[in-house]
Amino acid sequence: MRIRAQAAGDKTTVRVLMSHEMETGQRKDSAGKTIPAWFIQEITAQLNGKTVLTAEWGPAVSKNPFLQFTVKGAKAGDKIAVTWRDNRGESRTDEATVS
Amino acid sequence: REAEAASSAAEERLYDVPPFGNVSLLHMTDCHAQLNPVHFREPSVNLGVGDMRGHWPHLVGEPFLKAAGLRPGTASAHAFTSLDFAAAARRYGRVGGFAHLSTLVKRLKAGRPGALLLDGGDTWQGSATSLWTAGQDMIDACKLLGVDVMTGHWEFTYGMARVQEVLEKDFKGRVDFVAQNVRTADFGDPVFKPYTLRRINGIPVAIIGQAFPYTPIANPRYFVADWEFGIQEAQMQQTVDEARAAGAQLVCVLSHNGMDVDLKMASRLRGIDAILGGHTHDGVPVAVPVRNAGGTTLVTNAGSNGKFLGVMDFEVKDGKLSDYRYRLLPVFSNMLRPDPEMQALIERVRAPFAERLDEKLAVTDGLLYRRGNFNGSWDQLICDALMSVQGAEIAFSPGFRWGTTLLPGETITRELMMDQLAITYPHATLTEMTGATIKTVLEDVADNLFNPDPYYQQGGDMVRVGGLSYTMRPNETMGRRVDDLRLNGRLLEADRRYKVAGWAPVAEDARNAPGVRPVWEHVETWLRAQHGRVPARRINTPRLVDMTGNPGMIAG
Amino acid sequence: RVAAAAYATAAFEAKTVPELMKALGAGAPAESKDVTITAPDIAENGAVVPVGAATTLPGAKRLLILVEKNPSVLSAAFDVNESVEPAFTTRVKMGQTSNVMAVALMADGRVLFAQKEVKVTLGGCGG
Ligand SMILES: [Mn+2]
Ligand SMILES: [Mn+2]
Repeated sequence: MRIRAQAAGDKTTVRVLMSHEMETGQRKDSAGKTIPAWFIQEITAQLNGKTVLTAEWGPAVSKNPFLQFTVKGAKAGDKIAVTWRDNRGESRTDEATVS
Repeated sequence: REAEAASSAAEERLYDVPPFGNVSLLHMTDCHAQLNPVHFREPSVNLGVGDMRGHWPHLVGEPFLKAAGLRPGTASAHAFTSLDFAAAARRYGRVGGFAHLSTLVKRLKAGRPGALLLDGGDTWQGSATSLWTAGQDMIDACKLLGVDVMTGHWEFTYGMARVQEVLEKDFKGRVDFVAQNVRTADFGDPVFKPYTLRRINGIPVAIIGQAFPYTPIANPRYFVADWEFGIQEAQMQQTVDEARAAGAQLVCVLSHNGMDVDLKMASRLRGIDAILGGHTHDGVPVAVPVRNAGGTTLVTNAGSNGKFLGVMDFEVKDGKLSDYRYRLLPVFSNMLRPDPEMQALIERVRAPFAERLDEKLAVTDGLLYRRGNFNGSWDQLICDALMSVQGAEIAFSPGFRWGTTLLPGETITRELMMDQLAITYPHATLTEMTGATIKTVLEDVADNLFNPDPYYQQGGDMVRVGGLSYTMRPNETMGRRVDDLRLNGRLLEADRRYKVAGWAPVAEDARNAPGVRPVWEHVETWLRAQHGRVPARRINTPRLVDMTGNPGMIAG
Repeated sequence: RVAAAAYATAAFEAKTVPELMKALGAGAPAESKDVTITAPDIAENGAVVPVGAATTLPGAKRLLILVEKNPSVLSAAFDVNESVEPAFTTRVKMGQTSNVMAVALMADGRVLFAQKEVKVTLGGCGG
């Protein structure tokens, strides 16, 4: 994941780019076989270990998803961690420092 | 010497534009890489629908002259309209050309200290030499011409790396390339400077850039894969506010939105004094005042192909705009002496290609032009060529608004052919399309042209269609404008497949189709097969419904 | 923490806005100028359309992003809490021209929305 967290006053804008196929389950491969759905279902974000965002996604979110949100009360040096979990149960967490 | 004396007398009259005020902006746009003087026929069909009917820029012919207060039969009437085109073109001669433009710019600047020269874009594309030098001929010419600020559209079809290379190698410290509406696709960082703040005669003046918002849609997205465009109206307002906060007493937008989009934008934003626009190639002789919450914004559009130079003189008093004078001057090459330094540059850049450029392909019996909402004789020729060479029953040619004009009896050289075709994605295509798909394609393009909301328009003309007849209802909504599609008199069947030739595909995979060739090879093959003479084309245009009396169309 | 079992499968499979509201146990949505949808007029790429949902009202519980003509209407649902602004942006897939909607589920049970048409075009033309 690429995470950018920038503070302006008491608000921190967090922008995240994730790597994921986000396969809808509606496409067919060249042999005509349906490609199974494979997509991120849940997102959480934590500020210094405390959960500040929870979200649920469907397969309509684009491949290599983008997410932007704004956290209150964070300051430069704080840690923002973002976690995704997909419909196969795989998950990934990455962390960035607020600048 | 007599001819020279006559031409300088004419220059005195037409180009004697007394200076006014304390801030002057000279504006050129959409020259489409025409370094030498050309003929360029303005449209006889430029329909306005909905609120746009009968308003600038949707006026042609007599209604245009009336609204502009121009007398028929004059040089200006010829420059701005298609009336009696071939005869008037023989009388008044060619237009544009960078050497002639350079003389005019120098003349105007002499009376306007501190004047800036703005280039609205579509400058690096449209000719063989620009394509073969990746725009370098135009970049060198613009540097010599003294362009101060620029924005873009077709420039981007040379790819992101090339644009950035030019900014780094050629423009650094000389030309400000500005675009508030181009951002990186990852985190939305600005790619270019959004605006430049210049002090002109002590007045801080901001020029904000607005690149063509629909570049990744109208042209192949793969050229600008890492960038996002869009109109970005809210961000434009922020940029205006930021420029004002930085001290700008005059805020102008150098825009490549297209005039209808500029007019809408002007009605919705505050704090813009003027939008100097391009893209839709409308040569509009007046600045259109648009009321908005902050006051009034002037909107101009400066035509295309090097035909015109916009001269905007502002008087800024007590920290704000108090008065202005605007003129859109036609550049008649017979009335302006070519600037020797620019002429030398043009000859130098053309020299290595002279033989290829001058090769004669055929003589045209008819007038060959492109511009107009539905078709032009040049596009008809391209469609005829593609159908014939590729063995297709239908052909599509994109509704480009650039491409120079040939008078009856002129020789089509390779250079003049390339004026219609010189793009970086020139691939000719041959596709099997169902009748239903053909209708979908026509409806999609028709909505880009006739959507009553300008923000949903892309500023080109209708795709040109060879072999197929249809009925067009511009006032209708998406999906209901096009019907009665017929091939050789027989209705198209929704499920039947038809062989359709085309060119300029925006999809990346079309580049790699087996046997794919650039469109100019097919057109050249066809031209050479005409035994030296190309008969006048029969121009295929749709049957129009409910457009009678629209002042954006010359009847007949 | 979000438990895997909590995933709102029925909501993400809803084909229409009424079906979605039923799956969420919510009432009929009402248009509101206090909810904003941010999206382009014309999509530069139908596979990657930036869409934002936001509200200026206090008391929003959840913000949803919907694409009316997608096979399933719900694209994303964001929970609102005291640590985060009620404003989220993501990018979604669109197969055709459609209205996109921002829906705010309010703590008091109201359901408010804003919508905008995003055109998905074949492209290619130019001035
Ligand atoms: Mn353009
Ligand atoms: Mn142009």
